[in-house]
Amino acid sequence: MSANNDSFFKTIFVAVALCLVCSVLVSYTAVSLKDQQKANASLDKKKNILIAANMLDETTDVAKTFENFERKFVDLETGKFVEVGNAETFDQRQMAKDPATSVIIEEDTARIKRRSKVASIYLVKDAGKVKTIILPIHGSGLFSTLYGFVALESDKQTVVGLKFYEHGETPGLGGEVDNAKWLATWPGKKLLDSNAKLALELVKGGATKDTEVDALSGATMTTNGINNMLKYWLGDDGFGPFLSRFDVDKGEA
Amino acid sequence: MTTATATFDMKEIKSVITKPISDNNPIALQVLGVCSALAVTSKLETALVMSLALTLVTAFSNLLISLIRAQIPSSIRIIAQMTVIASLVIIVDQILKAYAFETAKQLSVFVGLIITNCIVMGRAEAYAMKNSPIPSFFDGIGNGLGYSAILIVVGTVRELFGSGSILGYTILHPIKDGGWYQTNGLLLLPPSAFFVIGLIIWALRTWKPEQVEESN
Repeated sequence: MSANNDSFFKTIFVAVALCLVCSVLVSYTAVSLKDQQKANASLDKKKNILIAANMLDETTDVAKTFENFERKFVDLETGKFVEVGNAETFDQRQMAKDPATSVIIEEDTARIKRRSKVASIYLVKDAGKVKTIILPIHGSGLFSTLYGFVALESDKQTVVGLKFYEHGETPGLGGEVDNAKWLATWPGKKLLDSNAKLALELVKGGATKDTEVDALSGATMTTNGINNMLKYWLGDDGFGPFLSRFDVDKGEA
Repeated sequence: MTTATATFDMKEIKSVITKPISDNNPIALQVLGVCSALAVTSKLETALVMSLALTLVTAFSNLLISLIRAQIPSSIRIIAQMTVIASLVIIVDQILKAYAFETAKQLSVFVGLIITNCIVMGRAEAYAMKNSPIPSFFDGIGNGLGYSAILIVVGTVRELFGSGSILGYTILHPIKDGGWYQTNGLLLLPPSAFFVIGLIIWALRTWKPEQVEESN
């Protein structure tokens, strides 16, 4: 290394040149691989929807099974089905950011500030009858927003399954929301207690009732987050109006 | 280039590739990069992908840093090395997300954390800043292989005895699937990698007593 390397201008020059070259390389890679990554993310989301609906095993062809899923759009306030302009590009997350397509949540239990006016749900039909209703939910855990799906049976109150497809919780603690054994405790749980009140929640120290699921050990904040988002999304400000309105036999709302 | 220097190069290259595997292993002797070795070895597949990612990053960061070593002002050399390493890590991460999505998801933050892996920084500062590009590249490969060797052994042990399988193929049939093997849950938890790495270090130092540190 010659001494003039350490001159003021050389130092600035090397720093700027190095940063420019590196940033070009990084942005080129990021941009050129974006489509492939998006395709992966969408396949992964479908897979997670299948897991929530308890329909995924090793032999399942994800894309093919997913063709039987009917995508519907729900106006959360009225609970009615609505049509959207372009279903392919419908992005609930993007819409939640736009004041024109979202509302500010007044009682923000899930800690997400705004929500899209319209939500995209999935219906699985068997011989023309609705078998499973799959609802998207999201809310804050400890570090991250957890995005997932909860699937309900046609009685609109028995859980078929639950699965988060995106989160950034601590691996091994809150990250255990991905644990297959824990997820397997969800099917069969009920949303409502005997007084027809929304009661589904995670409890510490062992679930005893059919509206209770074991909490994640060592992950109080994640557990609270899941409780809060269930309360919000299945409650009156979330999918409550839709669930009470939805006619399973006709598939109309 | 004369024949004499060429043979010297070959010897040097051979030594920088093989030495880090047993004589100067980055994990077993230098005890660097242990954090990621604990985190990604519960399954052999993630261990392999992580090994590949780290080997590539170390090799190319050594190559690039060696290429520009004569231009790097010494006052900003560490941050210049970091810039090169960080860019390579982001590129590797993007490629993994595009072509190995499932594994990338399991590796989660640990690919990004290669940036802070002491092995990469250590080789850049200790070797690439003082040597020409070709030996530096192979020095990176060698150290990557040294890291990989430990990861693969730990990953194999943990997956075989922790879940009864290797690369997802069942070898020891676990009881919970109707077989006979009682899986060892401890091996699926990160601390077990400490025990396995400890045993490897013990075995290595029994085989090569010169690696034992002087105690006085």
